[in-house]
Amino acid sequence: MHPPPTDPIASHDDVVLRMEGIRKTYPGVVALSDVDLVLRRGEVHVLLGENGAGKSTLVRILAGATAKDAGRIVVGGEAVEIAGPRHARELGIAIIHQELRLVPALDAAGNIFLGREPRRFPGIVDRRAMRARARAILDRLGATFDPDVPVGSLRVAEQQMVEIAKALSLDARVLVMDEPTSALTERETRTLFAVVRSLTARGVAVVHISHRLDEIFEIGDRVTVLRDGRRVATHRIGDADRRELVRLMADREVDERLPKSVVARGEELLRVEGLGRRGVLHDVGFAVHAGEVVGIAGLLGSGRTEVARAVFGLDRPHAGRILVRGRPRRIRSPRDAIREGIGFVTEDRKREGLVLGLTVRDNIALPVLRLLARFGVVRGAEERALAARFIRALRIRTTGAEQRVLDLSGGNQQKVVLAKWLASRVDVLFLDEPTRGIDVGAKQEIYQLIDRLVEEGLGVVLISSELPEVVGLADRVLVMRGGRVAGEFGRAEATQERLLACAVGA
Amino acid sequence: MEDASRAPGLARARRPRAHRLHGRELGTLGGLAALCLVLWAATPHFATVSNLLNVVEQSAIVGIVAAGMTFVIIGGGIDLSVGSILALAGIGFGLTFQATGSIAVSAGAGLGVGLASGVVNGALVALGRLPPFIATLGMMSVARGLALMLSDGRPISGYPDSFRALATGDLAGIPAPVIAMLAIFALAHFVLTRTTLGRYTYAIGGNEEAALLSGIDVRVVKTTVYGISGLLAATSALLLVARLDSAQPIAGMMYELDAIAAVVIGGASLLGGSGSVLGTLVGALIMAVLRNGLNLLGVSSYVQQVAIGAVIVVAVLVDMVLRRRTRPPMGDTA
Repeated sequence: MHPPPTDPIASHDDVVLRMEGIRKTYPGVVALSDVDLVLRRGEVHVLLGENGAGKSTLVRILAGATAKDAGRIVVGGEAVEIAGPRHARELGIAIIHQELRLVPALDAAGNIFLGREPRRFPGIVDRRAMRARARAILDRLGATFDPDVPVGSLRVAEQQMVEIAKALSLDARVLVMDEPTSALTERETRTLFAVVRSLTARGVAVVHISHRLDEIFEIGDRVTVLRDGRRVATHRIGDADRRELVRLMADREVDERLPKSVVARGEELLRVEGLGRRGVLHDVGFAVHAGEVVGIAGLLGSGRTEVARAVFGLDRPHAGRILVRGRPRRIRSPRDAIREGIGFVTEDRKREGLVLGLTVRDNIALPVLRLLARFGVVRGAEERALAARFIRALRIRTTGAEQRVLDLSGGNQQKVVLAKWLASRVDVLFLDEPTRGIDVGAKQEIYQLIDRLVEEGLGVVLISSELPEVVGLADRVLVMRGGRVAGEFGRAEATQERLLACAVGA
Repeated sequence: MEDASRAPGLARARRPRAHRLHGRELGTLGGLAALCLVLWAATPHFATVSNLLNVVEQSAIVGIVAAGMTFVIIGGGIDLSVGSILALAGIGFGLTFQATGSIAVSAGAGLGVGLASGVVNGALVALGRLPPFIATLGMMSVARGLALMLSDGRPISGYPDSFRALATGDLAGIPAPVIAMLAIFALAHFVLTRTTLGRYTYAIGGNEEAALLSGIDVRVVKTTVYGISGLLAATSALLLVARLDSAQPIAGMMYELDAIAAVVIGGASLLGGSGSVLGTLVGALIMAVLRNGLNLLGVSSYVQQVAIGAVIVVAVLVDMVLRRRTRPPMGDTA
């Protein structure tokens, strides 16, 4: 009833874990649809896909953090329903998340055996036994660091090693690593791969999620490509080539309905030259003109967001200049940036964009409150009028200006963030993942809004992982990789495939 | 987008102010009323004009301190040093009076000492990035120690009647401290709800990161807020000195806890971002009424401490339970 595995030599006793017809939907989104995944003893199975392709959802289901809606999971020949993280662990499935989940103040042994410390008497931890066992596992992994120091003082690669040791101590049959190398140096990656090889030699099946094509070819045995929640292909690494993989990942429909008006490019509003921040950004330069959308694409950790943070005065760059309307400007704080007409819709609206406990009116007026006040006293009528105006103009669905933003939907919260910046009459607006976590209808409205703003002479910098969004809306696209601008594409040249190839360095 | 806005009826947009005086404060007010009814029934002495005025007067000194504390707590902080600042400001006032004989100069000195101590707190928190608990814990000890050092541990007494009228005088039968308290609460309410400073305080307490990203100078606001707390503690100090006719280095012990309790009973969250001075006023009155009632009923002061502690915990517990019930569960919108 399912398509046969692409690789016909799968002999059954090899199979450690099998997922069949997995389906998962969230309100308004199909995250996974009819996905199969077969893991064999001792293989490194690479999971490849753009952001939003469904990789994380698949991992969450394996980890027992999310329940699937449909499908079957077979572990060691038996069908199972993974009931929760603890159950997943008991089944021999260990997950190493992208953000490591260690207790920084505990040493390696304390972390490895957290919650299941060897006891001497009830309630008394047998520290010596715990340390000895931790050391044995770490030695097997070839760890060279001191296992007795708090893990918070270890380097990221070493912390990762602790996570792996933890997985091993659980006798994991399946190890899932979510972008384990994104924070590692070249040498640390080598060490990690050596560890992975020693694991697979002992029969552990490893699921490796990564965007880096180079390392996929180095470490992987097979690769499964996901796109928009579907499995589009499973290949042996030897049978796949880079081009083909990029095509498989990127071949998404560009939404025909993306609004894009023809707007004449106006004067230069913002120019960034030679922007550098040690270890994060290198020689980044670009310009934004009135009436254009500049897209910034790139993988997670490529420096996309960091560009916006530096321009907005949140991080202090060590090199470079920022020119506003041709004049060099010092921007040392968000306050300075706002004064220069620059706004920033951050990626995480709940953490950085909104004061959730306050009202829609409070939030919209926040950056302009000072202008609405005389001698420090806010002119209430003007403030209410301002809020009402933007609620209407952006069609924010709310019971009124006095509703708390906490109770709005994601899409409407995002509109409040946009309203906040439009109210402060910025000329250049940085949008970081402006449609993340909002439903399809609200997305369309945000797109239309962006188009309208550009028509009105704003310059927009659109940072997004959603390639169709960037391709559809941007007049020019910068692709970031490793903190540098790796390529710049005009609207005509910017195809999803090219952008992705540039972002992964293929 | 500008013109899309000129919609009819905008000027008549409903005044929003009411929402800060909604359910929560009414609930606290209901609690106060219930408490008064019980005491009215239990003892004939409670509901006399003179006793009620006495109760309000009793609440004035801690109440004014609590008004300042409200700013700090809404802004996401805490100020443990208010009791000590009160003592230090009183000693500052007393010593200056001994030296100059001028009430005006001395009052200025006392208020100045309070303001300066508060600003130091604010600077430690905002610029030094110390946790407010630590910064003000330090100030609590330093200010108390300075008060004892400067006064040699002895009270400074003897002030003119004109100054003592601050505590003993009245206007149309209303004691002066009550008038002072009400005036200060009215002003504090106005500042918190109508000025940029107050609104920024709510924003910073609610989400400091978002406030910073909105271009608010978080450091200045925080420093100001602690300054206000210090200034109001010093204001209380003057009232207390007037009442006792004596500035005492050990004055204001544990006031910080009473003030925090009043703010929290009044509905503020210790996490910051919510609360109101009106709530705090009711909170301070509840504490005063409770103390007064227990005194009238002849309950020993030992038992009183237990009762007051229990009231604080129960009030906040009830509030949290009610809040959990009325707020719709937060949808996973992300």
